[in-house]
Amino acid sequence: MDCKNAQTLIAGYLDQELDPVRSLEIEDHIHGCVACSQVYENHQVLSRELRTGSVYFKAPTDLQKRIQRSVRQAAKAESPPRWLSWSWVRMAAPMAAAAIVLLALVPLLRGPSTEEMLTREVVSGHVRSLMANHLADVPSSDQHTVKPWFAGKLNFSPPVEDLAKQGFPLIGGRLDYLEDRPVAALVYQRQKHFINLFIWLSGSDLDVDTKMVSRQGYNLFYWTKSGMIYWAVSDLNSSELQEFVQLVQNQNSPTS
Amino acid sequence: MNIPAGLDENSDLSLYGYGNKADGGAVLVVDEKDTLARFEQTILPHMDAAYNLARWLTRNEHDAEDMVQEAYLRAFKFFSAFHGMDGRAWLLTIVRNTCYTWLHQNRAHEMTTTFDEEIHSVDSDTSNPATLALQSADHQILTRALEELPVEFREVVVLRDLEGFSYKEIAGIAAIPTGTVMSRLARARERLKKILCGQPKEKL
Repeated sequence: MDCKNAQTLIAGYLDQELDPVRSLEIEDHIHGCVACSQVYENHQVLSRELRTGSVYFKAPTDLQKRIQRSVRQAAKAESPPRWLSWSWVRMAAPMAAAAIVLLALVPLLRGPSTEEMLTREVVSGHVRSLMANHLADVPSSDQHTVKPWFAGKLNFSPPVEDLAKQGFPLIGGRLDYLEDRPVAALVYQRQKHFINLFIWLSGSDLDVDTKMVSRQGYNLFYWTKSGMIYWAVSDLNSSELQEFVQLVQNQNSPTS
Repeated sequence: MNIPAGLDENSDLSLYGYGNKADGGAVLVVDEKDTLARFEQTILPHMDAAYNLARWLTRNEHDAEDMVQEAYLRAFKFFSAFHGMDGRAWLLTIVRNTCYTWLHQNRAHEMTTTFDEEIHSVDSDTSNPATLALQSADHQILTRALEELPVEFREVVVLRDLEGFSYKEIAGIAAIPTGTVMSRLARARERLKKILCGQPKEKL
C-alpha cells in the first residue's frame, strides 16, 4: 500500500468504516510509516476537536418558534375546509336530513359538482378507450418513445415511466379529451386489467393530496402534484391500484 | 387517523384516509391534525441539525435561518413521501438541496462549478508533515478554517464529524458514492490541517 492510497483510507480507518481486512492493512502501514502515522494523528486531533461541539451552531430559539408557527399555518391552509370535516358532518346530520327532505320536494335545482362530473368523464374516457379498442395512439412500452410522442400535441410534457419491473408494464399513450381540453392518457397493464392514467395541467402549483372514489365498478385515484392533475382509473382492485398510484407518485420524489 | 386493523401507521395505506367513508363511497384525505402531530414528532426535533448544516453551507446566520424555514415548509409539503426512515437524514437532505439551490443562485462565484476530485486532491507530499496542536480555545480559528473549505468538502466534514452520520448516510444525503465520501473526508481533513498549520502563530 502506498502512502497516497493509505491517506485516503485513513479517513475510513479513523471513522471505523473499513472492513476488518482493510483495517489491519492500514494499521500495519501506519505503524511502519512515520508520515502516515503523523497524518493519522493530525486527523484524529481534528476530528476529535470538531466532535466536541465547539463549532456546532444551534438553532436560535425564536427561529424554532417561527418555524413551528409557519408549519402549523401551512397545515391549516392545506386542510380541507371545515364544512368537509367528518365531525361536522356528524353534528349536522339531522339538519342535513331535513334539508334533503326539503330538497326532495322541490325540483332539482343544481347539477352535479364539477368533481363529480369529472369523475364521470374520466370513467367514460376509460370505458371508451376499452370499447373502441383504441387504448393507445402510440403503442409502446418504451418511455422514451411515448414521452416524445406527446411533444407538439400538448403544451406540457407528462412524466412517463415504464413500471414493468414493478408489475405495471407501460402499454402506450394517447391523446384524450377531458374538461374541454386535450389531456395525456398513459396506459398501463396489470395482468388482464388496464389502467388509464390521465394527466393535464392544473393551472396552479398547489399540490392536492390523493383521494379515491369508486364509480360503476371502477376505482379512481386522483391528485395534483407539481402543477399537474393526475387521474388513475381502472377496474383493478383498490389496493393494487393504490400501489400503482404510489409508484407513479414516487417517480419524481422531491428529495432525490 | 383511522387505520385499518393490522396496519401500523408507517404502512403505505395510512397515506390515504382509508376508513373515513363519506357517502357516495368517497374517501376523505388524511386527517391533517394527525399529519401535523407526526411531523412535529419526527421532523421538528432536528432543527439544530438543520440549522447547523445550513449555517455551514451558507456561512451566514441570517441566510441559514431562511434556508431552514424554507426547508421545513418543503419537508412538510412532501411529508407524505416520508416513510418512517431516519427523520434527521431525511430533513438534512432537504436542507442541503435547499441550500445548494440558493448557493447556485446567490453565490455562484463561490461554487466550484465543476467540482474536480483530482484538482482538489491532496498532494501526497508528506516529507515534512507539520504536527497539529489544537487547544479547545481555538474554535474560532477552527470555524474560519472550516469555512475556507470548498462547500463539497465542508459538507462531508459537517455531516461526519459534527452530525456523526455514517458514510452510507452521508452518501444518501449528499447524493455521492460512499467511496467519494471517504476520499472527500480524507482530503477535507488534510486541507483543514494545512489551513490550521498555516495560521501565523500570533493569531492562534
